[in-house]
Amino acid sequence: MKKQTLWLIVAVLALAAVPLFLHRNSGDGETFAGADGQAEEAITKINPSYTPWFKPIFEPPSGEIECALFALQAALGAGFIGYYFGLRKGRGQKAA
Amino acid sequence: MHIMEGFLPVAHAAGWWAASLPFLVAGTKSLKRIVMEKPSARLLLGAAGAFVFVLSALKLPSVTGSCSHPTGTGLGAILFGPSVMSVLGCIVLLFQALLLAHGGLTTLGANTFSMAVVGPWVAYGVYRAMRGAGASLGKAVFLAAAAGDLLTYVTTAGQLAWAFPDPQGGFVGALAKFLSIFALTQLPLALAEGFLTVLIMNALKAHSADELRALDILPAGGIEQ
Repeated sequence: MKKQTLWLIVAVLALAAVPLFLHRNSGDGETFAGADGQAEEAITKINPSYTPWFKPIFEPPSGEIECALFALQAALGAGFIGYYFGLRKGRGQKAA
Repeated sequence: MHIMEGFLPVAHAAGWWAASLPFLVAGTKSLKRIVMEKPSARLLLGAAGAFVFVLSALKLPSVTGSCSHPTGTGLGAILFGPSVMSVLGCIVLLFQALLLAHGGLTTLGANTFSMAVVGPWVAYGVYRAMRGAGASLGKAVFLAAAAGDLLTYVTTAGQLAWAFPDPQGGFVGALAKFLSIFALTQLPLALAEGFLTVLIMNALKAHSADELRALDILPAGGIEQ
């Protein structure tokens, strides 16, 4: 069980790290661009006359602020999951 | 899998909203029922939503040299059924549409359909089928979460190919293009999501077995391997 946990974590880390290694020399600025953005480009190629008919109401003013908001999203989720397991573990110890 | 704001023609945007709406209505009912009938599972429901929050914020590099993110909807679909995840997934997508200009309000219907309808239903279906065939909890959870993740992105590719058929290759040509962007990139990430979902299910087994028994994930009274 503990061993399996370790292997699962190693597998996830490897899945994230191997691409970095594979593409280590292709530093053309496009490497590791978002797939969503690539889809947007593909749309423009297929149909150059298409113009989006609605604009986002709010856009993060810079990449840094976008990162901050993504970090906030992850932190909210991770914080709650940590709270959940902390609570459950604490209750388990109290009952034992 | 986020289709950007305004990047679906009006008829498609409206159509996907109409397709998602019944699932959101059923999901809201299901959510209410769980909160009323299984008050002890409320916190776990929150944790399942939180898992979607974390995973869909993690943009990871893939072997194709681009980045994408897992969805996290498989866990909740296994625990609470797929309907609930339509609502939770839609909330996460709304957060991203409003604050991150990631996805959009006009495309929220389509994005909800791929990430919060197709993904959870596929995950749930795979989980039930695997368990029915006698697979262990770990194997069933892994395959369910990975399949739900992958099919979410296949759905997005299909939605875009339908809206933007290739001038030469038509729907199929466009589908091949969008699949090469989304599905290939997503393959390793789907595996990562499968592993992460098994990881959290193991943690739930260790620290939250009562809730899993109440939700029939573990047999009542027994200890599952």
